[in-house]
Amino acid sequence: MKTSTKTSTKTSTKTLAKPLPEASPKSSTGSVRAVRTGGGLSVRVDPRAALVFLLLTGVAFAASVVLIGSGDFRIAPGDVVATLLGNGTAAHEFVVQELRLPRILVGLLVGASLALSGSIFQSLSRNPLGSPDVIGFGQGAAVGALGAIVLFQGTALAVAGGALVGGLVTGVAVYLLAWKRGVHGYRLVLVGIGVAAVLTAVNHYLLTKASLVDATRAVLWMTGSLDGRDWTQVWPLLAAFVLLVPVVAWYARPLRVLEMGDDAAYALGVPVERARLVMMAAGVLLMAAATAAAGPIAFVALSAPQLARRLTRSPGPGLAASAAMGAALLLVADWVAAVAFGDRQLPVGVVTAVLGGCYLLWLLVTERRAGRI
Amino acid sequence: MQRLTAESVTLGYDQRVIAENLSVEIPDNSFTVIVGPNACGKSTLLRALSRMLKPSEGRVLLDGQTIHSMPAKKVAKTLGLLPQSSIAPDGITVADLVARGRYPHQGLLRQWSPEDERIVQESMAATGVGALADRYVDELSGGQRQRVWIAMALAQQTPLLLLDEPTTFLDIQHQLEVLDLCAELHETQGRTLVAVLHDLNQAARYATHLIALHEGKVVAEGAPSEVVTAELVERVFGVRSQVIADPESGTPLVVPVARKRAVTAASAVSSASAAPSAVKTL
Amino acid sequence: MPDGVPAQPPVPRSRHVVRIAGLLASVVLLVLVCVASIAFGAKSMPLSDVWHGLFDSDGVGNDVIVREVRVPRTLLGLLAGAALGLAGAVMQALTRNPLAEPGLLGVNAGASAAVVSAISFLGVTSLTGYVWFAFLGAAVVSALVYVLGGSRAANPVRLALAGTAATAALYGYINAVQLLDSAALDKLRFWTVGSLASADMETIAKVAPFIGVGVVLALLLGRPLNALEMGDDTARALGANLGRTRVLSMVCVTLLCGAATAACGPIVFVGLMIPHLVRAITGPDMRWIMPYAAVLAPVLLLGADVIGRLVTRPAELQVGIVTALIGGPVFIQLVRRKRMAKL
Repeated sequence: MKTSTKTSTKTSTKTLAKPLPEASPKSSTGSVRAVRTGGGLSVRVDPRAALVFLLLTGVAFAASVVLIGSGDFRIAPGDVVATLLGNGTAAHEFVVQELRLPRILVGLLVGASLALSGSIFQSLSRNPLGSPDVIGFGQGAAVGALGAIVLFQGTALAVAGGALVGGLVTGVAVYLLAWKRGVHGYRLVLVGIGVAAVLTAVNHYLLTKASLVDATRAVLWMTGSLDGRDWTQVWPLLAAFVLLVPVVAWYARPLRVLEMGDDAAYALGVPVERARLVMMAAGVLLMAAATAAAGPIAFVALSAPQLARRLTRSPGPGLAASAAMGAALLLVADWVAAVAFGDRQLPVGVVTAVLGGCYLLWLLVTERRAGRI
Repeated sequence: MQRLTAESVTLGYDQRVIAENLSVEIPDNSFTVIVGPNACGKSTLLRALSRMLKPSEGRVLLDGQTIHSMPAKKVAKTLGLLPQSSIAPDGITVADLVARGRYPHQGLLRQWSPEDERIVQESMAATGVGALADRYVDELSGGQRQRVWIAMALAQQTPLLLLDEPTTFLDIQHQLEVLDLCAELHETQGRTLVAVLHDLNQAARYATHLIALHEGKVVAEGAPSEVVTAELVERVFGVRSQVIADPESGTPLVVPVARKRAVTAASAVSSASAAPSAVKTL
Repeated sequence: MPDGVPAQPPVPRSRHVVRIAGLLASVVLLVLVCVASIAFGAKSMPLSDVWHGLFDSDGVGNDVIVREVRVPRTLLGLLAGAALGLAGAVMQALTRNPLAEPGLLGVNAGASAAVVSAISFLGVTSLTGYVWFAFLGAAVVSALVYVLGGSRAANPVRLALAGTAATAALYGYINAVQLLDSAALDKLRFWTVGSLASADMETIAKVAPFIGVGVVLALLLGRPLNALEMGDDTARALGANLGRTRVLSMVCVTLLCGAATAACGPIVFVGLMIPHLVRAITGPDMRWIMPYAAVLAPVLLLGADVIGRLVTRPAELQVGIVTALIGGPVFIQLVRRKRMAKL
């Protein structure tokens, strides 16, 4: 709460109530406010988006505390927070730091990375459905991981490596195949769908080659799960996240302009192909890192940016709110997966797939009615 | 030397050559209109002038520099373009869209200065969309939407502004509105405007400088009153016509020869030329 | 030429001759592929044995392989190939979408979801038992995708996305069921790959009537679809009954790809490639595209099956994999080349 009051004092002193259209001489830019300092610095802030971001971060944090506290060894939320702040008992310390925190961190980072990646690709393809799990990267990562499982009976590390390589190779291949005097958004989506179909066939083939044990492991991986994640998954993911987020933030404004079409973006001085290449690379890397850590968790990349957009009511998928939404979504889904089916703990990917599927149907119907997709 | 010129450029897509060895100068402070039949290369020329199409030979110069080797943002501060097709992102308001025109003037740490605010307001006022500021772009009519896009191009605050068929898909009232607006921008703000137009009579009425293209070549160039002749119309568009003075503005007005009288057109024209006050030329 | 405007533009006689000759050549090709499909397999045998098995069977040794394995397999390939090729042709004409394809539009995932439900919840175990469920799933999902994709206003991207989205959602469900029930996983993973290997006369007898009706319907739809391809307004102006044509086309597609998918599992890209190939030979006239597709699609499917049997002998590559590996590049090439709406 403290932070939110701080934001509102920072915003310019113009009236915050949305004026009626005919009486709107002052608010030229909708709900967006500018924050300015004396030194000529000015940053745009959308108060609604900022509020949504804070709320979602709060939800993600609350879900984290609940998830850390639940399990065979229950810890009260107060104790969880105390332990996280370094004031817990030794037993709590061990359970939280060694067993449960890494899993939660993987969940937060994977959710945020997937959502960022989805947000980027939806902007680039100018299509709410053009997310990386639809255009083949998930399938590509799955081919790598399944290859490691089925052909080499690889360790968890080898599976993660396989997923990373598979995702990156697919990303490069889709980009190159869609390249023709530049990469057009729709061509990218359709080429991705074609590549995805081929890779799906390869995945099915690998499944038939596997023993039943390996096949079960492969399907579990393909569903996406946070079970048994520890610090060895956290560090590489965190490194990728910390490296890539500044790049994404730097190109966020060109990305907004790209949404208006290549011609308009050219005219406004955006280096179109370079911006697109950098953003695609960042999106593929985020996706691949997340997939290597937790498997191709379905629909987070697709639905988080769209849900965030509906909450912020801003045009296009916003990056920060999307990332927060992804993290919150994944942890809530993980909590649902843990409690919804009694003692059968399902992987989180099942919940996101079912929730995402329902959401998608709704999206298809409403967007069609609006004539947008 | 004018600010924007094309020097013997060869233009085309893939293997298909649209224009070869084409040279064009855009006079400073003019309202230049490019006319010609379909597929004569007018939009292609405009794309090359706005650096969206790289010529395979020759070069386009902006202030003496090759435009394709200049940094994108630097070009965008000098030269604006209203493309034929643009996409309004879902759920964007008019004000937000116009504000995006300020992109080349902004940076990561200078995202929204008071000047940006003022220019966005002025651009919306100039195009008469100020009252629509908080409306969603998707809800607007075609004419309103086109004015919003022009406002966005204006907010870019460039001395040169290129418009690719700004009147397509508009009804006659909105066509005139858009063209009046262009003329006003040219007259009051002294900007150089380059537009591709379909309608020869509108071009003749509004342009200060006319470039007629035919099969990738410049056929005629100059003030409309000197350039627009029946001979030119027949050569470029393959249409026989009379050119008379526009009763409203005095600019040339092309009146195609009526079909039934086509046989007697020659005599009609010759008799008309006996009355030089009304008919300019044969 | 008689006076008056002919209903169809007059086609030069030579063009007809070329088309008929081409169709005959395609039939000859089909016969050759059928022979190859019966003659080659995991177990190599002399042609005399094949002949013996076909026409003079003693019911032992190689005769059994020929009669009980290779002949049903070839028959199923013929039926399924014709079905998929025609379904693709009808779908592309109906949606005016050069990329429409049963597999890409979620039909396979629908069938798989229905089959996995049948195995896991209803305890269906026999392959012939799957057929009805696969049928149901395919029918429901193809109708759903068509509606979600915007029915008459569908453009290539919208339809492909609706199909992909439905596929993704259904695979989430399929994976969940498989994880909870590893017996289902063990059965389904062989079915989802699309193969002719498990063909038997009983399955063929079950799906043949559906495919038969579908084929006849497709051949009859050639003329109305010709009109429909030029756009709704033009078609209406030409006096075509839009509603009826659309409904019949959907019925036809559902019958054809539902039956084919039920019998062999999901096979992608056959329905996509064949109409394009055929169009290159016949031009855009649906009345010729249909018979050509019915003959050439089995050539592709059986050819892919024979290749799959031979390249990794004595194991085999399922035909669904081979068609995906051939079809994927073709699809991408189409996307790159075609000047589609909004592309």
